[in-house]
Amino acid sequence: MIDYVSALSIDFGLIVPEITVLVTSFVVMMLACSKKVSSWSSTVTLVGYVLALWFTTRQWGHQGSGFADMVTCDNFGIVFKAIFIVASIIVVFLGHRYLRVKGLHRGEYYALMLVSTLGMMVMANSSDLIVLFLGLEIMSVPLYVMAGMYRRSLESNEAGIKYFFMGAFSTAFLLLGIAFIFGASGTTNLRSIVTDFSYIANSFPVYLYAGVALILIGFGFKVGTVPFHTWVPDVYQGAPTPVTAFFSVAPKAAGFAALLRVFVYGFSEVTILSDVFWVLAVLTMTVGNLLALRQDNVKRMLAYSSISHAGYILVALVVGGADAVAAAIFYLVAYTMFNLGGFGVVTLLETRSGCKSEFNELRGLSKTNPYLTATLALFMFALSGFPPTVGFIGKFYIFSAAMQSGFVWLTVIGVMNSFVSVYYYLRVIKTSFFDEAEGTPVPAVLSPTIIIALVITAVGTLGLGLFPQQLLQLSQAAIFGMP
Amino acid sequence: MNLDTVIFFAAAVVAVFGATMMIAQKNPIASALYLILSLVAQAILYVQLGGLFLGSILIVVYAGAIMVLFLFVIMLLNLRSSDDLGPPPPALGRFTKYAFGILLSVELIVIVKAARMPSKATGVLGFPVEDFGSVKAVSTQMFTTYVYPLELTGILMLIAVVGAVVIAKKENNAQVSDDSGSDRPAKKQVS
Repeated sequence: MIDYVSALSIDFGLIVPEITVLVTSFVVMMLACSKKVSSWSSTVTLVGYVLALWFTTRQWGHQGSGFADMVTCDNFGIVFKAIFIVASIIVVFLGHRYLRVKGLHRGEYYALMLVSTLGMMVMANSSDLIVLFLGLEIMSVPLYVMAGMYRRSLESNEAGIKYFFMGAFSTAFLLLGIAFIFGASGTTNLRSIVTDFSYIANSFPVYLYAGVALILIGFGFKVGTVPFHTWVPDVYQGAPTPVTAFFSVAPKAAGFAALLRVFVYGFSEVTILSDVFWVLAVLTMTVGNLLALRQDNVKRMLAYSSISHAGYILVALVVGGADAVAAAIFYLVAYTMFNLGGFGVVTLLETRSGCKSEFNELRGLSKTNPYLTATLALFMFALSGFPPTVGFIGKFYIFSAAMQSGFVWLTVIGVMNSFVSVYYYLRVIKTSFFDEAEGTPVPAVLSPTIIIALVITAVGTLGLGLFPQQLLQLSQAAIFGMP
Repeated sequence: MNLDTVIFFAAAVVAVFGATMMIAQKNPIASALYLILSLVAQAILYVQLGGLFLGSILIVVYAGAIMVLFLFVIMLLNLRSSDDLGPPPPALGRFTKYAFGILLSVELIVIVKAARMPSKATGVLGFPVEDFGSVKAVSTQMFTTYVYPLELTGILMLIAVVGAVVIAKKENNAQVSDDSGSDRPAKKQVS
């Protein structure tokens, strides 16, 4: 038995951040049992996240694998873990008041969010398809519940059910794909698949390609690429707004972490994938942008906008290689900042009574909340990719990576899409600055927690835009540690 | 004819008999009970092949848990006979049913004929061949190589239970709002 254990290399040092998050979620679940202490749950959650973030940063530069090669600790995974934790911290700040107003401020919410983050971290760190799948499920199951948590609202119920069915459906695709890959290669370990790739491709090409396609469909659902995007608008609109903010950033980043790990590292030699991603990227950008033009609800518009942003990140997958991965990571960090900021303002506006985030509710906002409107404008400029925000730099890196590899048409289509997107982002600014309100507009009441969230995201959006060098170096150092 | 052969044929006959009776019954509960009979007989066949673990799992999971679920659904829907499920399907539907059944049978026969059965289990997954499929082999793998996925599965089960409770729990109105007047929670939407 002893030699088994040493051969497995059980190294808990690799998963300290995961354990921290898990223990925090247990503590929060315990707190939720008692009414007296359940109001502490948000504070405990924050402490847990900060601790996990600290442990994650301590891992930087460390490389290793353990648990029978199921876990790989490398800079790529560490950067993604940091993205998930930072996004979660911002969402905790951003949702606090909204949840209180809507009567959702319960310990369970934070426990679910923590476990969901745990699942994402497991995904980012996995070097085995089984672990990847389990991480995806641990991430998704709490999200289904969180989407349907606001039970007084029919839209929220609808969002929960829709997300659950589409999620379960896509999981089936993913699992069948993994089964095919296992059938072809006899292993689920990505490292072994890479090592034996030419043998697998020659012996069982059908199962290999079928497996790869099914895995791609499974992740395509999760990140909301176009043929598989139909659930996104309804779920984003129906779910409680802080949950939507969380949806639009963290699981998307986790999905891209998995996509990059599986397709840029694992199946990099499947050459047809580049063409497949080309089509997906173009479809996702274009359809997302065109449908966003027609929306009258800000949340729904942001949902379609998040689809189109997924399209921009898919460009990195078309290109492949270290530069593209770095550009994708940069873009995901940037997207986390400005998208959470945009949703933060929407969340704040929805705490006004009866507010449903329609466009015409934004009218006259600059009269009642001038600073808030300015912040909203900043995030909209960043979403549409104006300099000097980080949105511009992110798009610049992605498209320059595409140009350097000779994907001229892809770049042209991408840039044209960015121009199209300016229309609907600027519509938000125009409505809030220049349109007169019909009655007396209700001012939005700022609370300290949401100010913290907005300040973090605004500073991130502007600061990273002005000084992108540090983040760029960080994302270039975030390489796969799996030789 | 040794004892093994006798048990094999007995179990095989019972399995086929149970399966046939299951689809021939009008009463859904009788159908479900015949399915249990068939599954138990199949479990005996697995045990004879050396798949002790697979056999016991088949009884625990299928004959136990899933069948209880079936019976609950049947009882909750109060189905006394298959007529309660609505009018019988039109002739085309019945024809498709038989055609599909025949097609699947033919496929099964072709596959069994085409398959080159190995004389002995050849260590797939790197299991030692002699105790392939035994409880010991499975559990050794589970708690050594696959210990990390096993623990993750535990977390997944836990959060699924917590999530189900959150969704099903009675809403507590006392907690709704401690904010000022304009921030009352939205009234129930009826649309």
